[in-house]
Amino acid sequence: MQKNSNLSVLVKGLLLENPVFVLVLGTCPTLATTQTVIGAFAMGLAAMAVLICSNVVISLLRKVIPDTVRIPCYIVIIAGFVTIVQMFMHAYLPELYDLLGVYLALITVNCIILGRAEMFASKNSVARSALDGVGMGLGFTLALLSMAVIREVFGAGSFAGIAIPFIKDHTIDILTQAPGGLLVYGLLIFAVTALTHGKAPKKKSFGCEGCPSAGNCMSCTGKEEN
Amino acid sequence: MENTKLLISILFGSILVNNYVLSQFLGICPFLGVSKKLNQATGMGIAVIFVMLVATAVTWPIQKFILDQTGLEYMQTIIFILVIAALVQFTEIVLKKFIPALHKSLGVYLPLITTNCAVLGVTINNITDGYDFLQSIISSLGCGLGFLLAMVLFSGVRSRIDETRIPQYLRGLPVTLIAASFVSLAFFGFGGIVENLLK
Repeated sequence: MQKNSNLSVLVKGLLLENPVFVLVLGTCPTLATTQTVIGAFAMGLAAMAVLICSNVVISLLRKVIPDTVRIPCYIVIIAGFVTIVQMFMHAYLPELYDLLGVYLALITVNCIILGRAEMFASKNSVARSALDGVGMGLGFTLALLSMAVIREVFGAGSFAGIAIPFIKDHTIDILTQAPGGLLVYGLLIFAVTALTHGKAPKKKSFGCEGCPSAGNCMSCTGKEEN
Repeated sequence: MENTKLLISILFGSILVNNYVLSQFLGICPFLGVSKKLNQATGMGIAVIFVMLVATAVTWPIQKFILDQTGLEYMQTIIFILVIAALVQFTEIVLKKFIPALHKSLGVYLPLITTNCAVLGVTINNITDGYDFLQSIISSLGCGLGFLLAMVLFSGVRSRIDETRIPQYLRGLPVTLIAASFVSLAFFGFGGIVENLLK
């Protein structure tokens, strides 16, 4: 990374290193919670809260945690914050809690959070890690929202639960269901790649030990050609 | 009899209708990352089935006999992920020591499973759905088999994609996701099959 200003740490999550469309992390919640705009927004904010907190704590502890057991340590820290967010939403936003269901608990194993802990927070100062958390969280939320808007407006003919005249009579139902999610996601990644002309950094330049398929994933090992 | 019927419907329901990868979006990362070759996809699928079964067999009693009894339900996420992480490590050590051949073929996939959301997902879902112990095990088996089925089918699709010419910006992930969308569409055809199976 050539630019190191605090601003670039914050902004890079939005498009150039967007966690969803460029780094392709956290695919499961991206697909599962974008049926409705509200669900996507809630998921984005919940993940952002966990991401900022865990980034700060992991950055604080980066010199204390032994290298060999760092992944279990990160997971426990993240799971702790996820539990806090879960309890908070259960108490104050029960409808959203029911809407997100199991995916709220699954923020624990969301590769964005573990990935950022591994790639960024374990190597950078607290302030920069917090900024990274905000930037990546915003990028994640925006990506979820852009998918949810497409899926809800054209799939269900409404926006955040409010029906849109005309479109609501001509909905493409499949968009709100599983195949539509994968399709919209594929097309959006295609659009972002085309917009950035494939210049966005490849995944391997970040290292992706935090990702569940690290080591076997084609974009990490560069084994694509074999 | 009723009980057996219920178990069968849980099994086939979780393999075909509520397939974790293709309709519930759990475990998408390994689905996209490791489905490039058939043998890798099979290895990952079998490792996931194994871990899911062991994880359920351990987390279900923990939830019922420790967390529920002591009013610590809110510790569910933390405890479950710790148990899964420890189990995966443990499985790896045991396999390495006693069944080296199996470790050689499955070993590389095991560490990746810790953060596979399908495993944490299935253990939490079993509790949320209120299954008893046997039902939980069957449901985990079904989810694991469904994962294996999706991986194997999709690795076939991907080997075909590799041989075709694809527009530049669609190469790699976009075309993979669009193909996954069609596979998922095919699984829609299974909707209702379980209800009719048991009539």
